[in-house]
Amino acid sequence: MDITTIIINVIAVSGLIVAIIKNRKKASQSLKIAGISFVKILPMMLIIVLVVGLFLGFVPPDKIALFIGNQSGIGGILLIGAVGAILFIPALLSFPLAASLLESGASIAAVAAFITTLTMIGIITLPLEIKELGKKMALLRNGISFVIAIIIALIIGWIL
Amino acid sequence: MNEEAIEKKSKAKRKMMQDWITFVIVLIIAAVLLLIFPEKTNIVTTTSWQYFIEMVWILPAVMIIIGLFAVFIPNEFIVKYMGKSSGIKGILLSFILGALPTGPLYIAFPMAAALIQKGARISNIIVFLSAWACIKLPQELVELQFLGFNFMITRLVLTIIFVTFMGFLIEKMIDWGETKKTKKEVKKRESIES
Repeated sequence: MDITTIIINVIAVSGLIVAIIKNRKKASQSLKIAGISFVKILPMMLIIVLVVGLFLGFVPPDKIALFIGNQSGIGGILLIGAVGAILFIPALLSFPLAASLLESGASIAAVAAFITTLTMIGIITLPLEIKELGKKMALLRNGISFVIAIIIALIIGWIL
Repeated sequence: MNEEAIEKKSKAKRKMMQDWITFVIVLIIAAVLLLIFPEKTNIVTTTSWQYFIEMVWILPAVMIIIGLFAVFIPNEFIVKYMGKSSGIKGILLSFILGALPTGPLYIAFPMAAALIQKGARISNIIVFLSAWACIKLPQELVELQFLGFNFMITRLVLTIIFVTFMGFLIEKMIDWGETKKTKKEVKKRESIES
């Protein structure tokens, strides 16, 4: 087990202990919410685990590198950014997916673009966003988010 | 329980069923692929297992953190503090409140709508939504775990800079659109009057 895992678990457990001391009822309510959230995310998590295994087993790294590797340039970043904007995956699960992309030859910039568009832009939730915030604001937010995601990705690729 | 809540619940149930069915389909595809290419079995199972273990160690803890915040920091708290803040303080507060570990983005849309009604600035709302979407505390922890400290911190800093910029840009664009519209209306009224 690595250090990050330990830190996260320590935060969770100590938070829980403080919560139990402060308010037992609320603490058990939190645990119930945590349980429900975990059960909700479980099938998706198992799908991601399988897809990552198949992906790393079957897709050769040179193919990945060809589309979204260092040589693919801005085209590869735009491509993976668009994929991220369309996909609807819980943000928490986007990181292991991104790690598997990185492991199989994708560039850092491409991975940054993927995560940023995946979390910030929601094509599937766009109708809801339009309904709540109006067409103008929703479209502007999603559109400009795509542009800044690409800029962020390019800068990360340049720095790291 | 009112009708809306019941409907929401059955919708969530349907979504879960869909996810499980998708999982079974992926599982079948994996099994078939591995039967055709048995030499890949080792790499696929070890990779999947490795990722599974990593997630199983981290996700329950993350869910507990989310659950604690959901119960101890109610939505009203966020609305109360964001509604009346402005300037640098407003932006900062929007980042902090957006980054608290609470729920998926679609929960934030009705909250943002309520905040606009209460008179919160557009720039704050955009920052709040963006922080909610991509710099949530639990997400940063999982990003740290899978992609490392340098990647996480660089992306975080860049995101904060550009999201702030986007907030002001969208606010300006919407303001500009509104003034143009009111000018047009005034002109229209004048032409009708004359």
